[in-house]
Amino acid sequence: MGTELARAVVNGILGGGIYALMAVGLTLIFGVLDIINIAQGVMVVLGAYLSYALSVHLHLDLFLGLLITVPAMFVIGVIIQLAFIRPLHGSERTSMSLLASYAVAIVIEGALYLFFGPNYVTLNASYVTSSFGLFGFQLPFIDLYGFAMAVVLVAGLYLLLYRTRFGRSVRATMQDRTAAMLIGVDVNRVAALTYGIGVAVTAAGGMIFGASGGGFNPNSGYDLISRLLAIIILAGLGSIGGALVASVFMLTVESVVDIWQPNWSVAVFYAALVIVLLVRPTGLFGRQAARAQ
Amino acid sequence: MRALSPRGAFPVIALAAAVVFPLVFTNQSVNSVAFQTLIFVVAASAWNLFSGFSGYIALGHAVFFGTAAYAAGLAAEHLQITGGAEFALLPLGAAAAAVVAVPFGLIALRVRRHTFVVITIAIFFIFQLAASDLNSITNGTSGLNAPFLLWDPITFDQRFFYFALAAAVATIALVWLIKGSRFGLQLRAIRDDEDRAASLGVRAMPVKLTAFVISGAITGLAGVLWFFFIGQVQPSTGFDPLFDLTIALMAFLGGLGTVSGPVLGALIIAPAQQYLTITFSNSYLSQILLGALFLAVVLFVPRGLIPTVADRGSDWLERRRSSRAGRDVDVEMPASAREPA
Repeated sequence: MGTELARAVVNGILGGGIYALMAVGLTLIFGVLDIINIAQGVMVVLGAYLSYALSVHLHLDLFLGLLITVPAMFVIGVIIQLAFIRPLHGSERTSMSLLASYAVAIVIEGALYLFFGPNYVTLNASYVTSSFGLFGFQLPFIDLYGFAMAVVLVAGLYLLLYRTRFGRSVRATMQDRTAAMLIGVDVNRVAALTYGIGVAVTAAGGMIFGASGGGFNPNSGYDLISRLLAIIILAGLGSIGGALVASVFMLTVESVVDIWQPNWSVAVFYAALVIVLLVRPTGLFGRQAARAQ
Repeated sequence: MRALSPRGAFPVIALAAAVVFPLVFTNQSVNSVAFQTLIFVVAASAWNLFSGFSGYIALGHAVFFGTAAYAAGLAAEHLQITGGAEFALLPLGAAAAAVVAVPFGLIALRVRRHTFVVITIAIFFIFQLAASDLNSITNGTSGLNAPFLLWDPITFDQRFFYFALAAAVATIALVWLIKGSRFGLQLRAIRDDEDRAASLGVRAMPVKLTAFVISGAITGLAGVLWFFFIGQVQPSTGFDPLFDLTIALMAFLGGLGTVSGPVLGALIIAPAQQYLTITFSNSYLSQILLGALFLAVVLFVPRGLIPTVADRGSDWLERRRSSRAGRDVDVEMPASAREPA
């Protein structure tokens, strides 16, 4: 029992790190562009498939492959923002952007089906299959490496946001778009780059997701995006620190519940979300402004 | 007798065309597509009744669709209802959807905008999970069967078509009545500025909740009809995320908050979707095309067809009027010029 609980908590924390990486991208996009990027889930899957293609066809190491897939996803993100998100304006922008990103998700999912088929695949490497002992249970190396990489990348994002001039523009745009524009921030450029960065982190998240989970297919994006949405709403939209805490918290709760009720562990996600919103409609770390219609 | 205005005549003509449709096109697969299109007319209109009028974009209406289908299926199973008697379960399905809509609305309608959208998605996934995981009640992923109808296969689709047509007409009439009513005005006041509406005496929560429950009940009705037609329901078909998106897209394409917009959107998208699925044996290609269609709508007709066309039309009239006025001025100019200074 003790071992199982320890294993659940460790798995939850390690998994939470990966989810934190993906959730930070999503909440960053929300903060700057004021849109919910429904396509984030399928982009994670796209990132996983890119890693898959590189490792199967070019026999590249999964982590080395990221040097290609992360910039590739960044470019894809910037293009999507320029083509489908930027043209939207007017009073219905919120709902239109949801539909636009949903539509992007459908197109990407269809394309993935077309290229890779509906069968489940997994990413393979020596460190995916080998494991080491900890507190009396086995832990695959990939989970540890993935967590370490997530920590490094999240720290990198933190430095980018809080220690650079670009980061200051991003935070200014998050606080008040108009005011940022007035003091000379090129908000369109910030929006495009932020969307690119938010999507680029999914390449890294997707690789770990594809290697450590029980396999994935093009349809895996829906489950992912609903979890990620639950996390960032629970954290409070636009709150980066909140997204980190909420990811680790939710994944830990899920894997602990999984010990007793495997079927219901996913539902815990949504139930926790509903309960928190009943008490705090702005989420755990959300600002009041997120509520204004 | 006064001739009907073109505006007034159009619904009558459309209804007449719909009534004779199955008599002209007797092909079964055509009738099947027509039936499913009408189901989407009902669902998109019902969605618009809440989301279009109130501005709260709900992406979880499949909850009502699936809940009603499951409620009807379970009732039929436990009460041992067979054959045509199953249609007595239509109100039960709608009621089940309404009962679910009350707590759903009470939770979700406390938040606005993105958070509202996401919480409707979250609640949707809770229901989908419940449908597949509560094995003892819902029969898990294999789902439920509808009572078997001993109908002649030739008239089967036709009869369902008329059921769906009746539901569609009733729904459109209800949306039209609500739009012109005090209740409809309150909803639109909430859409424009909820805080101001509240300060002017609109009791926002009861108004929103009522619209949500009515919308859910009608969607439930569509769900039961669809379930009887298909004959079975599984968690993936009853609680389908694409359903949530499709009905929203139909309303957007036609024109959010208009009576005829969602109808037009459903009449365009539902047959197109079915056609693509049938034409391309490769369903992935049809999925990509559908997504591209979504994007095209969002980018090129963001306000929807009905408002865009109405604006173009009135612009055109305006220009015609002003150009005619211009000509009149030209003709009159010499006359006025001849006037003594």
